[in-house]
Amino acid sequence: MTGNAPTQAPAFYEQTWDLSYRHALGETSARFLAALQEQKVLGRRCPKCERILVPARSFCDRCMTSTDDWVQVGPAGTIEMFTIVYEAFKGCPEPPYALAYVTLEGASTALVGYVKGLDLDDTATAVERLGIGQRVVTQFAEEPTGSVLDYWFELDEDSD
Amino acid sequence: MENVGILGVGQTKFVTRRTDVSYPELVREAVELALDDAGLEMADVDAITIPLAPDALIGVANGERWCVEAIGATGKPFMRINNGGASGLAAVAAGWTHAASGLFDVVLVAGADKVSESDSAQSVLNKMWDVGYERPYPLNTINMLALSAQRYMHLYGADERDMARVTVKNRRHAALNPHAHLRTPLTEEDVLSSRVLSWPIKLGDACPSSSGAAAMVLVSERFAKRHGRPVAWLRGIAQNTETFWMGDRVGPASISDHADADALGVAFERAYAQAGITDPVSQVDVAELYAPFSSVEFHVIEAAGLCRKGESPTRLAGGDFALGGDGPVVNPSGGVLCSNPIAVTGTVRAIEAALQVLGRAGERQVDGANVGIASAIGGDHQFYTTAVLANHLERITA
Repeated sequence: MTGNAPTQAPAFYEQTWDLSYRHALGETSARFLAALQEQKVLGRRCPKCERILVPARSFCDRCMTSTDDWVQVGPAGTIEMFTIVYEAFKGCPEPPYALAYVTLEGASTALVGYVKGLDLDDTATAVERLGIGQRVVTQFAEEPTGSVLDYWFELDEDSD
Repeated sequence: MENVGILGVGQTKFVTRRTDVSYPELVREAVELALDDAGLEMADVDAITIPLAPDALIGVANGERWCVEAIGATGKPFMRINNGGASGLAAVAAGWTHAASGLFDVVLVAGADKVSESDSAQSVLNKMWDVGYERPYPLNTINMLALSAQRYMHLYGADERDMARVTVKNRRHAALNPHAHLRTPLTEEDVLSSRVLSWPIKLGDACPSSSGAAAMVLVSERFAKRHGRPVAWLRGIAQNTETFWMGDRVGPASISDHADADALGVAFERAYAQAGITDPVSQVDVAELYAPFSSVEFHVIEAAGLCRKGESPTRLAGGDFALGGDGPVVNPSGGVLCSNPIAVTGTVRAIEAALQVLGRAGERQVDGANVGIASAIGGDHQFYTTAVLANHLERITA
């Protein structure tokens, strides 16, 4: 191409990846999800370090040992960290929504979930109400779907 | 083990879109720049590594295969490195291993990204979380680091204005860097009034989606001596890995905190031990630290040992870590906050640190820089790579 050639208009090839998967989650995750339908959150105890891993996992990554007992945790818990999403992302729910990691009573690790039931339109007020250390209670879907979306958290107003 | 240095570097200008070149053609631009800079030809290259993060970000299954010709890999050992956002520096680590082993004298590290060719980046990144437990939630890299930022603010008393100061500093630096993507200076008020993405992260606290390429030529000491040009020596290079589960980084049994980057701190300790750095504050002149959001710069500065935990916001407010300030300068290129071509973002950190210690960083040069550090982070704040660079092989002193 000579230096005087006109700039070539760009050409594009547009494609959408339409990929389908049916992931087997394994027996441990399956039991955790089944328990949600009975309005229970379950963890697994590491026999060596005694951590109660929530969500339930079949092995402890610190001790590299298989976990054994199932332990029911919650439903009350404490917010460890949170964010409120105001931006729309492709394939994600309509904002705003609040996400938090919550340590449920009896658990050694924190579980992610939505925090529902509070007005998120005013950021400052919502941030004030959420807060690290804020007490929450786990709620369960009346018509469970068999996914982790069958639980969520709500602020425990009695603890304010 | 052979000493290894960076003989040549190349990077394009980082922009939102490159519609004038295909992906391999973009990689080739950086390859040519780096080889020219090294004074070498493709025939001199013994082996190649290419950083490339998840396939779906560029929409090509195993895109490294598409680049084999552009990168000159036919007939040579060729390895793709994927450590997510850390890939760009992990590929340098892999290249260093190749050359340090004594098996190869000249190793090319080259790659590119075209992040804006998809509007699905955060949907792709959501796919990194546990399929059954966490992926059904709209987790992505923005809210992952918003969680960290919120926890950091809570633990150490930082606020959104402290975050804004990081952006203001880095944009001021990027204005001096002709390769940087976002070069328009911003005020604290600009950042604070920008729209909230995932509180406390606002648009002004976030990196752009960048397209561009980067490459470097690593050489063994024996080759460097034969060749005669100055090199930036890789005095230390290390990696470390944090647990996958963000919920394990908080709560009663946590041994690290999602507010901090303790695993990065360990990766720095390992690289410092190799380099003989015992007091980074006095021994490090310049730092190119991977921080795609303003808030991340707090804990990476601290993990690098440039100040104590929780201290960086106050130090930044006092003008430290900025060009013209006393002590180590952090991200004189403008950093990841101003350019994020994901696959090569980590490579660019090492390139910028190399340019600094070689005195070739132009307007963004840190006066008298002899020792630089670089770091990168990938996965869900999980994969960490660190490097120490110097313009000499003598003992590193204050």
